[in-house]
Formats: sequence, structure tokens, C-alpha cells
Amino acid sequence: MFDIERWQEIFDTIRKNKLRTFLTGLSVASGIFILVILLGFGQGLQNGIEQEFKQDAATSVWVWPGVTSKEYKGLNPGRRIQLTNDNYETSNVLLNDAIEYESARIFVGGITVNYGKEALVYSIQGVSSQFQFIENAKMVEGRFINYQDEIGTSKVAVVGRKIRTDVFNKVETPVGEFIEISGIPFKVIGVYSEYEDREEERIYIPISTAQKVFNGGNRVNNMSYTLPPMENFDEAVAQATKFKNELRSHLQQTLTIAPDDTGALEVWSAMEEAKRYYGLTGNIKLFFWFVGICTIIAGVVGVSNIMLIVVKERTKEIGIRKALGAKPWSIVGMILHEAVFVTAISGFTGLIFSMGILEILGPNIEVDYILNPSVNFKVAISTVLVLILAGAVAGFFPAWRAARIQTINALRDE
Amino acid sequence: MIEIKDLHKSYKMGSNSLHVLKGINFSVEEGELVAIMGSSGSGKSTLLNILGMLDNSDSGEYILDGVPIKNLNETKAAQYRNKFLGFVFQSFNLINYKSALENVALPLYYQKVGRKERLEKSLKYLDQVGLKEWAEHLPSELSGGQKQRVAIARAMAAEPKVLLADEPTGALDSKTSYEVMDLIQKINDQGNTILIVTHEPDIADMCKRIVHLKDGVIIEDKKIKQVRAEQYV
Repeated sequence: MFDIERWQEIFDTIRKNKLRTFLTGLSVASGIFILVILLGFGQGLQNGIEQEFKQDAATSVWVWPGVTSKEYKGLNPGRRIQLTNDNYETSNVLLNDAIEYESARIFVGGITVNYGKEALVYSIQGVSSQFQFIENAKMVEGRFINYQDEIGTSKVAVVGRKIRTDVFNKVETPVGEFIEISGIPFKVIGVYSEYEDREEERIYIPISTAQKVFNGGNRVNNMSYTLPPMENFDEAVAQATKFKNELRSHLQQTLTIAPDDTGALEVWSAMEEAKRYYGLTGNIKLFFWFVGICTIIAGVVGVSNIMLIVVKERTKEIGIRKALGAKPWSIVGMILHEAVFVTAISGFTGLIFSMGILEILGPNIEVDYILNPSVNFKVAISTVLVLILAGAVAGFFPAWRAARIQTINALRDE
Repeated sequence: MIEIKDLHKSYKMGSNSLHVLKGINFSVEEGELVAIMGSSGSGKSTLLNILGMLDNSDSGEYILDGVPIKNLNETKAAQYRNKFLGFVFQSFNLINYKSALENVALPLYYQKVGRKERLEKSLKYLDQVGLKEWAEHLPSELSGGQKQRVAIARAMAAEPKVLLADEPTGALDSKTSYEVMDLIQKINDQGNTILIVTHEPDIADMCKRIVHLKDGVIIEDKKIKQVRAEQYV
């Protein structure tokens, strides 16, 4: 392998057979290139989907009331379900052990919002202090609604970062400013940020304030929870499913809803949803691997083909070399040495090229569900090694046969 | 130098077998220049191939420079060829992507001679065949006679005990043929043993001994007075 004479002989051969070398190299390099790009996008897809799920706390569970569609215990279908503080509180007591954070929410409608002379068109939502953790909102300025605000029905508001940039662009910070909701002044106490702009276009006020000041009575529009983190994904999913079922059956009983009436009360668990998507990304990844391996097989077949032709084409040369005293093993060695050298160089070229493209383009790709496509370096290196091995094996058999045949037959080959 | 006894060789052609050499007995002394003659199919090329270990015999003895040649595998044959034999072929058999100089240097590569020494030596042999100026040319840029002279230089570069030439002038016109024969005679004058297979009587006459083959047996083996090729060049 470190025989300098052999290397010189091989460089000679390569230099003088440029087209042959180029074609072999091209098939190897393109195989690696396609594989790496494919794997990169598989990873990108997974990253993208994971990103989508980071928006809300991964263990969150949401309850949305709807309209009944089934007759149950003498009650007609078509009844609109309305959640109340009672439902919320009894649920909390009942499932207390399984809950990490909890919040009811009410949408305040039919009101006007003003900041100075400016009319604002943002939704007002009454939430409790723990809603921040459920929604995964990050405070960039000030603070979120706290328990004191809640029990004291304080007239305070938390605005999204987008509102700050759109509305409060003339003041240094919106914290301390006042907005008027239906003529009632609310003090802005904080600014939060979210992953998506549209989730930053909300104004949160304490739910107690929303119910008392804006005539909400004891009504609640939806309920949300997060569950304590678990050690692994499967346990977390099991926990979420259990919690969801218990919560649903409790609410179905108290609200007199048929157990199989799914439209009347929707209980949604991010975890279960995530599991479906994780399953999906797993399948997609599998698919990309499948395509990638097929590409590699095509590459191997290509390399084998080229090696077969190369050896066939060189049969006469092999005969000449043998007549001049080349031993069969030196012939096999020469051909394999060349094959391995060419596949290695072109394989790594393809690798570097494709990884370069992923590195440069990857972070700039802005498509939904694809984020920062990248590839595991170890995987990429192993593929190159597999191709090199395949090239060597594919070259070995014809080379061995050519080296074994009677010299005179090799010489007669045209 | 060469001694063969009762050499047999047959080829399988489908179901029937073709008996090409039917018991050849023959020996060559050092420094001889032997022409092996015969019509096509007489077995002369087969004999030369067996002498050159490019092909195997079915039975019989073969002793080359005191070494019994038997139980040859390809590795051993390659060793012997490299050490004992030089080849000149009718179709030259130069490697087409290598220059004249590199072609001549090839047997030395397999003798594990260093690159520098190899090229120096090759240049010397190319000079001997009068092609020093053509050293860097590819075979495709050379005429037939030049190619054969490169092939002869290549055969001589390994300093073999025996030079085997299979129809060396078969692909050349008569003037070039005589030039090549002149070269072969001069190499022979230096004491090298040379065997030439030919079917051209004028070429055979330029050797020192003629062996006639017909249907796989030697029918005539005579020493002759050599015709020098110089006078035709």
C-alpha cells in the first residue's frame, strides 16, 4: 500500500485514462451526494416538525366545548355546551395530583380597545396566572399576570411582542402605559414573545377581571393544563392519555354529555398529537433511508459495472504485463489499488460537496416543516466507506479472473 | 539452454480434441539464433508459447537454463518469465497509454528496479534500437517498424537468457522486416539466445538454424549459413 513505485504506476494510469477515471468518480460522487442531501432533508423535516411542537408546552391538554350531536338522558342534541368556573374548579380538585399548571380562559368580545387616540384590533383574553407556562410564552419585558392580580381583579394587561412593535413604537417600553378597554384603563405590566407572530397579537388580562368587568359571569371558554414532565416519551404519552380520558369522562358526567359524543366536548392532548407526528417523521426518515440505500445500491452497481468494463478493457494490458513478469497478485493489487483510490477520492469529494451545500443552504431554508437540514457525519463517512468497499469487491472478482486466465488468452483479447 | 523432451499439447475444440504438438524433442544451445518454421496450424506458435510459459503443455519435459519447468502456477511462471525470457510479438503488444520509454521500463518495474535506474536503463536500450529521440512518444505515434523496435528494446531491457519472437516481422513490410532482423542479428552477436517463429523463408535464412514443424512434429532441423540482414538495409 505504501509502495511508492505502485503509487507512481497508478497515478500514471489515472493521468492517462482521464475519462475512465472521471466516469468512475462521477458515479461514486453523485451517489454520495444524493444520499447525503436526502438524509439531510430527512433530518430537516424532523427538525421542522419538532419545532412546530415547541410552540406550546409539549405536555399541554386543552378542553374546548362544542355542540352536542346525540340525545342523552332526555336532553336533545344540538345543545351548546358552556363551561363554567365550577367545571374548571372541580376538575382541578379531582385531578389535582396529575396537574402541573392549569388555566381557564375566556375570550372577551364586543369591546373596543384604545391606546391614546389609537384604536387597537387585538383579541382580549382572560387567563389565569399559570397560562404563561401552558402557552410557553416568554416574558421579554415586565411580568405576566400573577395570582394577586387574579384574586384582586386587577386591571392589568400583558401584550405580545408584535403589539409592542406595532403600537408602542413611540415609547421606550409599553410597561407602565395604559390602554383603555371599553373605556376602562388597564395598565400594561409585561410583554411576552411566542414562536409565531399571530400568537403575539393577543392582550391577556386576569380571568377574574374579564369575568367581572366584562360581564362574563362565571363562564369559561376553554380550559388548559400541562402535566408534569416524565422521564421518557412513552410514559409521557401514557400519562397524557390517562389524564385526557379521566378529564373527559368527568366533564361528560357533570355536563350530561353522551360518552361517545366527541363533538360536544373536545379534549386535545399535545402529547398524543406529537406522538402521531413523531411516528410520521419516523416513517419519513425510514423512507429517506430507503431511497438513500437504493441510491447507494445504484452507485455500487454503477461502480461494479465500470470496474467490470475497466478490467475487460485492460485484459490485453494484463496479458502484456504478465508476459513481462507481473504476478497475478500484483495485477489484482494494481487494479484494486486504483479502484479504491478513485472511489475514495471521489466519494469524499461528493461528501464534502454535499455537506458544504447543506451547511451553506441549510440554515437559510425557510419552508414549513423543514428546518436546518443536516446530516450525521458518521453516517456519511460510513456510506463512503461502504462504496469504497463495494468498489473494491466489484473490482476484485473480474481482476482476479483476468489475472488467473492463461497469459496467452489474455494477450489474444482484442 | 533449452531442452525439451516428448512435448505434447492438445486443444479441446468442443467435443473433439485437436492434437497440436505430438512429441517434440529439441534443444537449443546458448548463443543460437533459431528459426522455427512451418505452415499455419503446424504448431510453431504453440511451441513458442509453451517455451515462453504463456501456455501449459500436457506432457513432456522442459528444462530452461538447468531449471526444470514444471508444475507451473501463474505466480511461478511470472517469476520465470521475468527472470529468463524476453518476448517480441507480431502485434507488438505495447501498452498504448504508456510512452516508448515507459513501455521499455515495464519489465524492470516488475524486477523491482528503482524508477531512476529503470528509466536510465530503458533509455540505453532505446538508444541501442535507435529510438532515443522517440522515447516520449506514445505507440500510436510510431510506425510499425519503430513499434517493433520498442518491443525488442523492452524484451532486451530485462536482460533475459532467451529472447522469444513470434512472427516479429509478420506485420511489417520487407524493408522494415530486414531492419528488425538486422537488430535481432546484432543482439544475437552479443551472445543472446534467440528463437524466432516465422513462415517467411527469407527471414528464416537470416538465422543460424532452421527447425521445420509440420502437423505437430519436427520434420527437419538443420544448421545454415546465416544471411546478414545488413546488406538489405
